[in-house]
Amino acid sequence: MVEPLLSTDRLVKHFGGLLATDDVSIDVRPGEIHALIGPNGAGKTTLVGQLTGLLAPDSGTIRFAGRDITRLPTHARVRLGLGRSFQITSVLREFSALDNVALAVQAHQGHSFRFLADVRRDRALRTAAQGGLDAVGLGARAAMPAAALSHGEQRQLEIAMALAGEPKLLLLDEPTAGMGVEESQRMVETLRGLKRSCGMLLIEHDMDAVFALADRITVLVYGRVLFCGTPDEIRRHPEVRQAYLGEDGA
Amino acid sequence: MQPRNMIALLLLALLAVLPLLTQAFDQRYLLSVGTRIVIWSIAAVSLNMILGYGGLVSFGHAAFFGIGGYAVGILSAEGIQNGWLQWPVALAASMLWAALVGALSLRTRGVYFIMITLAFAQLVYYLASGLEGYGGDDGLNISRSRFAGLLDLRDKATFYWLCFALLCGTLWFCGRLANSRFGTVLRGARANELRMTALGFPVFRYRLVACVIAGAFGGLAGILIANEGAYVSPAMMSWVKSGDLIVIVVLGGIGALFGPLYGAIVFFALEETLKPFLDLLHKGWGEYWQIVFGPLLVLIALHARGGMASLLRRRDG
Amino acid sequence: MEYLLIQVLNGVQLGLLMFLLAAGLTLTFGIMDLVNLAHGSLYMIGAYLAWTFITWTDSFLLGALLALPATFIVGVILEVVVVRRLYGRDHLDQVLATFGLILFFNDLVRMVWGPAGKSIAVPAFLSHTVQILPGVSYPAYRFALIVVGLLVALLLAWLVARTRLGMLIRAGASNRRMIAALGVNIELLFSLVFGLGAVFACLAGLMTAPISSVKIGMGDDILILAFVIIVIGGIGSIKGAFVAAMVVGQIDIFGRAFLPELLKSFLSPASASAAAPAISQVLIYVLMAGVLVWRPTGLFGQRP
Repeated sequence: MVEPLLSTDRLVKHFGGLLATDDVSIDVRPGEIHALIGPNGAGKTTLVGQLTGLLAPDSGTIRFAGRDITRLPTHARVRLGLGRSFQITSVLREFSALDNVALAVQAHQGHSFRFLADVRRDRALRTAAQGGLDAVGLGARAAMPAAALSHGEQRQLEIAMALAGEPKLLLLDEPTAGMGVEESQRMVETLRGLKRSCGMLLIEHDMDAVFALADRITVLVYGRVLFCGTPDEIRRHPEVRQAYLGEDGA
Repeated sequence: MQPRNMIALLLLALLAVLPLLTQAFDQRYLLSVGTRIVIWSIAAVSLNMILGYGGLVSFGHAAFFGIGGYAVGILSAEGIQNGWLQWPVALAASMLWAALVGALSLRTRGVYFIMITLAFAQLVYYLASGLEGYGGDDGLNISRSRFAGLLDLRDKATFYWLCFALLCGTLWFCGRLANSRFGTVLRGARANELRMTALGFPVFRYRLVACVIAGAFGGLAGILIANEGAYVSPAMMSWVKSGDLIVIVVLGGIGALFGPLYGAIVFFALEETLKPFLDLLHKGWGEYWQIVFGPLLVLIALHARGGMASLLRRRDG
Repeated sequence: MEYLLIQVLNGVQLGLLMFLLAAGLTLTFGIMDLVNLAHGSLYMIGAYLAWTFITWTDSFLLGALLALPATFIVGVILEVVVVRRLYGRDHLDQVLATFGLILFFNDLVRMVWGPAGKSIAVPAFLSHTVQILPGVSYPAYRFALIVVGLLVALLLAWLVARTRLGMLIRAGASNRRMIAALGVNIELLFSLVFGLGAVFACLAGLMTAPISSVKIGMGDDILILAFVIIVIGGIGSIKGAFVAAMVVGQIDIFGRAFLPELLKSFLSPASASAAAPAISQVLIYVLMAGVLVWRPTGLFGQRP
């Protein structure tokens, strides 16, 4: 049995009287795509917040790559290889697509207290950034300002930025949110292509994307893990069908 | 070479030969206007580093005039007139001040940042006016820095050329900085601070270093102002001067390399031309030139935020 | 002891004056999210208008009663012509535009009223002193300032806490979008609030005039103090502005009244009397820095 890349152990988080995360233990193995699904208010965002370090859990632990990271700040987790993309598109709009990725590469290469050398002539930076854009299919868009990219392309750009940190694990918060069918399919293709290079924890509403990508699926309801299994097991599981898939149960 | 840089280089070439021109046409006064333009350009480039590239609206930049100037002034009053000693001390004091103010004020955001930088500048202002031993409110006459055998700062043309050379150096450094890894992080944090943090950049540290760098150039301008008039006073760092610096940076074009130079030229040219022009319309009106200048600033704030640099850019197509 | 009491009262009086100025500023700040550097200009214009009306009517009260609505009108015109266009803009735009307004008003006032300062005499009916404690007398005019200042502070507290306007103001400070949802005429509300701020500035200006003088740029330095006050108190908070104004008033008076004596023990008398006011000003800014380091949004400001 391989040691999981990321695991939570009995994570609990209250907001006042509301139990947003209730005794959650999940894990993601290296190279695996693990999807997290659940209705609105199931506590997915709260869970992601704790994984990235924006929220501190009340109790329980988070382990990543063999270390306890429960108390580490966000940027330290990023350094360890825990990358993320945002639920809301978050790119530097005035910067070109290439510059966006180059910045991410720069962040990964250590400190940036270099004052005189021109980044535009920094071969190592440009090549790595261009490679990142190529990997998500944006190679031809390198010179465009991020603001001029379509919504779908901006999300792809985000993935490229997250990948620039050479993450061991990628937290993807609704990567296909707000996308049309075609754009969603492109995103699914991109993510499938990246599968071998890193593990992913995928939070997603689009069930087609989830079933197309996930190796395992965890269903979260009212902050609690209802069930965890393969896509086939999820499809067959009566309680899941009733509680979550409901009338559109496959 | 892009056309808009051509305009900047033309301007610089003109400034380089200004002492020859003013001598040829016997316009001594113009040389002193030119000197002020050059010194204020250095200060404005410094402000542009944090305001333009960093997006940090500092309303206390004139404090560096005071710190750079008073460091020279106090040393001079104490009998130390060697520029090789005075200038490094003045620069170090400015950088130290920038580090202190930056460390405290970068914890705040938005309006609070504007106000706390303003308050710190006022603090220096009142400290200087309380220095009874060094002239208090009235200021202090000093003798100019000495660079034995090398330069005589009392010579107007020599002093001008020194300021001009320092401006060129400042512009060169700022241009390199803007496109360096450091500058990119600074500009990125201006565009989207949260994103930069999520990428793993400790934004605070980068901004603090930017403040210290800007402080050095601000202090340099202060040293030059003190040497220009052989005089320092609290008035050189009144908050209105900080406002003037912001005006210059915005007039020229925020975050544009040569913007501060354009801004300083336009600022002083407006002052020097509005006065005689209004006097021409009606004797005595020249005194009230700010009745025209003030609304002009309002219009610029409302309609022309890109400043001169963007006008030039637009014309290039 | 008597000296101490009188100085504390002077501090209260100064604090209340600055509160009048800060109140208008914190309202426009909190509700319209506007950095208004030109608030000090309204203070100056209010004082000059008061001088004109008082000279004209030969009555302090009548002149003051005319100056207040006149400054209100100036404020509303300013809001409609320029300030309104600055809402929702970058703070840098607001700083630049209102800085331009200061330059404009300073030269305009110089043109209209001339470069020399004006003085307003203490009204005859307040030129005596009052016994505040047996054996302790205090100038009646300064005492009246304290009374008027406190009354206005109470009025403002009532306005914000109890009235419909106040409800809108509080809603605006915490949730700008909500006002629009309530179907309120925002443009009118903003004009009124700005005009109200102008009235308070005028009141502060005309009440200060008999103690100091009416001059060009009189609003520039006190404006910075007013900013310091609202930043210490927390932007948008009337309560915060009041508390901070009181503290700043006491520090200022302490610096003028007691510090010179303290400093004389280790400085020459001349240096001591020059350094003391400077040190009290420095103390105010140190206080502000301290508060912001401890609470980056002021004592009573809303946390982001």
